[in-house]
Amino acid sequence: MRMRQNLGIAWDGIRANKLRSSLTMLGMIIGVAAVIVLMSIGTGTQASITSRISSLGSNLVFVRPGGAPIQGGVRQAQGSAGSLTFEDAQVLAAPGAVPGALAVAPETATRQQLVAGNLNTNTNIRGVDEAYLDVRNYEMAEGEFFTATQLSTRALVVVLGSNTAATLFPEGDAVGKNLRINRLQFRVVGTLVSKGGSGFGNEDDVAMVPITTSLTRLSQQRTNQGQRSVSTINIKAENDKSVGLIKESVAAILRERHRLQGEDDFTVTSQEDTLATLNQVTGVMTAFLGSIAGISLLVGGIGIMNIMLVSVTERTREIGIRKAVGAKRRDILAQFLVEATMMSLVGGGLGLGIGILISRLVNGMQLNNQPLQTVVSPDIAILSVTVSAAVGLFFGIYPAVQASKLNPIQALRYE
Amino acid sequence: MTATLPIPHLVRDQPVIVIHGVTKTYTMGDQTVHALKGIDCTIERGEMVAIMGPSGSGKSTLMNVIGCLDVSSAGSYELDGVSVGALNDDQLADIRSGKIGFVFQSFNLLARTSALDNVQLPLVYAGVKDRKPRAMEALTRVGLGDRVHHKPNELSGGQQQRVAIARAIVNRPAILLADEPTGALDSRTSEEIMALFQSLNKDDGMTVIFVTHEKDIGHHTGRIIHIRDGAVQADERVMHPLVAADILRDLDRAAAEAEAAEEAAV
Repeated sequence: MRMRQNLGIAWDGIRANKLRSSLTMLGMIIGVAAVIVLMSIGTGTQASITSRISSLGSNLVFVRPGGAPIQGGVRQAQGSAGSLTFEDAQVLAAPGAVPGALAVAPETATRQQLVAGNLNTNTNIRGVDEAYLDVRNYEMAEGEFFTATQLSTRALVVVLGSNTAATLFPEGDAVGKNLRINRLQFRVVGTLVSKGGSGFGNEDDVAMVPITTSLTRLSQQRTNQGQRSVSTINIKAENDKSVGLIKESVAAILRERHRLQGEDDFTVTSQEDTLATLNQVTGVMTAFLGSIAGISLLVGGIGIMNIMLVSVTERTREIGIRKAVGAKRRDILAQFLVEATMMSLVGGGLGLGIGILISRLVNGMQLNNQPLQTVVSPDIAILSVTVSAAVGLFFGIYPAVQASKLNPIQALRYE
Repeated sequence: MTATLPIPHLVRDQPVIVIHGVTKTYTMGDQTVHALKGIDCTIERGEMVAIMGPSGSGKSTLMNVIGCLDVSSAGSYELDGVSVGALNDDQLADIRSGKIGFVFQSFNLLARTSALDNVQLPLVYAGVKDRKPRAMEALTRVGLGDRVHHKPNELSGGQQQRVAIARAIVNRPAILLADEPTGALDSRTSEEIMALFQSLNKDDGMTVIFVTHEKDIGHHTGRIIHIRDGAVQADERVMHPLVAADILRDLDRAAAEAEAAEEAAV
């Protein structure tokens, strides 16, 4: 019924008290803007983590040494045990050993100083084989990757990640140059295409050497039995369905090889596991941020109720006049409800605009040396504006009911 | 000023108001106030009636009951053939919207709202579609056709009361009620408002009922109902009602003469 009139009446009411209305809306504006900004940071972080993980490659299974129990029962950090050997990797890589596996690529990891002329940097040195490039989704920018000969002869060659190459060879002429690692002279045979992004485990801040070279000349790490240990065995699955099967068969093979009875001395995780865990963490963070912002939305709603209650008292006479000339209860109810909803909706709309603006400004800002990424998802935008309208409606109900109940005679006498 | 509004109810000849044994009791704290103690009265269509009485006599309460702003505690009240006693809030709102035009002492116009919008208000709540021409018509009828876009604070007291009267008649009500319509106005403006009431009564055949405590104002009607202590004390017929238009003419003439005398003196 008469919705257009009600909208008009409500709009006039808002306009008639510009300062009061805008102060009321401020609560809504801040609330919605806070929700938008905080949620966009949360979603952005999640998105950047997801893209980082998927940049590693697809359908990957990682086998890492488990934290081995040492004397006193203190468990060491995962990956520190050195219980995973190069021979394990070779067994897993044997054709048909792990059904559904496309490629198996072991890797060693150390951090060492790289020196080229008067420039030097400390970076991740990965010992890898020829399968690694494909498994981990790297592409060559210049030069060539290791040849089988270089692998078998433990050649002193290195492939640089884009960051490392840029640091050591700022002129961009890395290929063919020499550098020193651990007092050994290496020749740069290629550089990698940047994977982009930054942050934890930067995929561009690496240097790769043949795994055979790494095991014999760079890293002295050995297992308890004196075998050469690797830090990770990367396995690329045929498709996402074979991931589960690979995890099981890898675990079975390793248990047998390590003659395990009790706990495993290795862990097998898939990319999806990692993603799920991280998403859980960021999800909790986003929900936490969102609930803080939600509180400000609630406070904004209470502000609207406050103003509407004052407004009912202040406009008692007006309500009396309207009733005297034939307004019914529901007319007055509708007028005040529409006014409250409109106010919070306009506030919500402005808050949305300001929120999007702020998340644009914040996007790419450096926070602890990491660029902040923000993503305003449309469902959050729609949700927060809907919630603001609902908040207005909800907190408008009480004052509106109060107004509609006024007795016209008493209302008209009110000064 | 001479355009007339059609009054559809005129053709019927039963009384527009029949009040029988109406009482009104308030409880204020722990004490009961008998504002009306059994009122009987009948008002015919096309009558112009003044209700007079001292403060606290219950005349305003009676007005509120007649205007369906309040309901009686006991007794029966029939307005334009509808028994009003047993109606709920929303039904009373419908009656107010359809059958009654109410004018208040303090005008009670919406502030910051143009005369035109103020006059349209009853039409909004009555769900009328072409409101603007009807509001224009009503404003023209009260002589404010050239002031429609003015807001109440841009109008004089008399003009504000005319807007209120236009608002009261825009729905073509069966009765026009006024509670102390001249209470806030000077005597000349009061006379103008009375002239308008008399014209609405005589030319448009509208039933006009108003409360006043001023004898002079009361004598502009053909009938004065005197209320005292919540009961009808006397129902007086006025043989020769004052004609506001004549008084205004006399006032104008007197003013002109005074001006001429002043000019002569200079």
